[in-house]
Amino acid sequence: MTGDFLIQLLAQGTQMFMVLLIAPLTVGVVRRVKAILMRRQGAPLLQGYRDLSKLLHKESVIADSASWLFRSAPSLIFALTWVAAALVPSFASGLMFNWAADVVALVALLGAARALLALAGMDVGTSFGGIGSSREMMIATLAEPAMMLIVLTLAIAAGTTRLPGVADFFIGQPIAVRVSLALSLIALIIVALAENARIPVDNPTTHLELTMVHEAMILEYSGRHLALIEAASYLKLVLYLSLLICLFAPFGMAPATASFGGWAIGLVAWVAKLLGGAALLGVWEVSIAKMRVFRLPDYLGVAFVFGFLAILLAFLSRGVGQ
Amino acid sequence: MNEVYDISHLLAGVMLVTSFALLYQGRIASVVNTFAAQSITLSLAVAWAAWSQDRPDLFITATIAFTLKGVIIPIALHRTVARLGIHHEVEKVVGVGIALMVGLALTALAQALLLKVAHSPENYYAGEQLALALAIILLGFLMMILRRNAVTQVVGFMSMENGLILAATGARGMPLVVEVSVAFSVLIALFVFAVFVFRIRERFDTIDVGALDRMRGDRR
Repeated sequence: MTGDFLIQLLAQGTQMFMVLLIAPLTVGVVRRVKAILMRRQGAPLLQGYRDLSKLLHKESVIADSASWLFRSAPSLIFALTWVAAALVPSFASGLMFNWAADVVALVALLGAARALLALAGMDVGTSFGGIGSSREMMIATLAEPAMMLIVLTLAIAAGTTRLPGVADFFIGQPIAVRVSLALSLIALIIVALAENARIPVDNPTTHLELTMVHEAMILEYSGRHLALIEAASYLKLVLYLSLLICLFAPFGMAPATASFGGWAIGLVAWVAKLLGGAALLGVWEVSIAKMRVFRLPDYLGVAFVFGFLAILLAFLSRGVGQ
Repeated sequence: MNEVYDISHLLAGVMLVTSFALLYQGRIASVVNTFAAQSITLSLAVAWAAWSQDRPDLFITATIAFTLKGVIIPIALHRTVARLGIHHEVEKVVGVGIALMVGLALTALAQALLLKVAHSPENYYAGEQLALALAIILLGFLMMILRRNAVTQVVGFMSMENGLILAATGARGMPLVVEVSVAFSVLIALFVFAVFVFRIRERFDTIDVGALDRMRGDRR
């Protein structure tokens, strides 16, 4: 019994630290693919780790007007995002804390992290932070309803909002074309791009432009605070890629009954799919231009419409093929 | 049976998505292209129905849909737009957001109606297909209501007709004669529209149909 418990704990721990370890590499792959496609030299794949260790060793400069919120927000944001990222099933669905991996809980964790980040952005009182926070909240109010609709679509299909349950359900299904799932996949990709501040919503590489959103909020941060926030945004990218993989391509993931062999296969498959997804994101970012901020409601409205259509069609095809 | 159903459902779903894309598009050229994509999807859906239900007469419908509405009419519309030299932006009555929301409500209405009708298991497939077709028809109506420009209204009308053909292929026992006559009546309606468009343009130097209201003294 205790041995079993230890193995379970080990597996859950592996997942927790895997997401943290692989996050900078994932971002590195995105940047590398973009650099290659733009025929630039580009930073090495491991630049993310170096950035983080550099920032951790640097002194943290804090504005005089900063309150306790400004200092505590980075750790809280990092903790919330890490918990959320560790809950998404990556290589196995039957982990110890899989009862907690509910999509609604996940959305709530990310929402709390976002609220903290927006507050921290306004805390010092610079105008850039305020602009960034207000835009971030605008994007959030548009993206979250769409996200909830997607969640509900999947819940209708699989009969549960627990991610491991959904993944198990889709592993057990034969590969099939389902309109509602295809629509929710597109909607989830749109939402994921908006949430991760990628092109076309926000440009992750820009600094000091009037169009930036995420970078504007964290402009006042430096040193270890910035390292934590950067790590949280890397983790968020891994989280959304994992979520897409777990919901729409869970092949190779170890089922609830598997042990070490299944886990190893699942781990390899997950890492391969994650890095493949990151490469695709790089190709996408190179091939599209950033949108004007005032067109964002239309863009995220598409995600909402697709999510809603997916729900309607899911109701339609209920009772058929299940 | 399940794969057959899946694919026809998929094609009908793609048509519904293109209907929403028609509401979303901001430029006349892309509206016409989206319409062409919808018509080609329609011809695929009809051809799939012909093959899977073993009804060779439907292949004729598919061919008509592809050549007439997938190729000839879009080209004609492109040339009309070029000859009229009108604005390339679509003139809308309301914004994109409201249009999409109303479209969603109409889709929900279509579903709710048809699910009430076709609740027995053997009617399920036909019922779903019909619900999608009805949604496409209603969205075509909506597009005709929400556009000022006569060319985009024509596109709305044609996309409504796409929904009609989809509904007809879903229902068993619709004879070819009826389909052909529907296709021709639509073609004639297109001619009427074309004459109409050119007449308004000659008279008012615009194809904004709001000009007609002013002429009648209804508004302003």
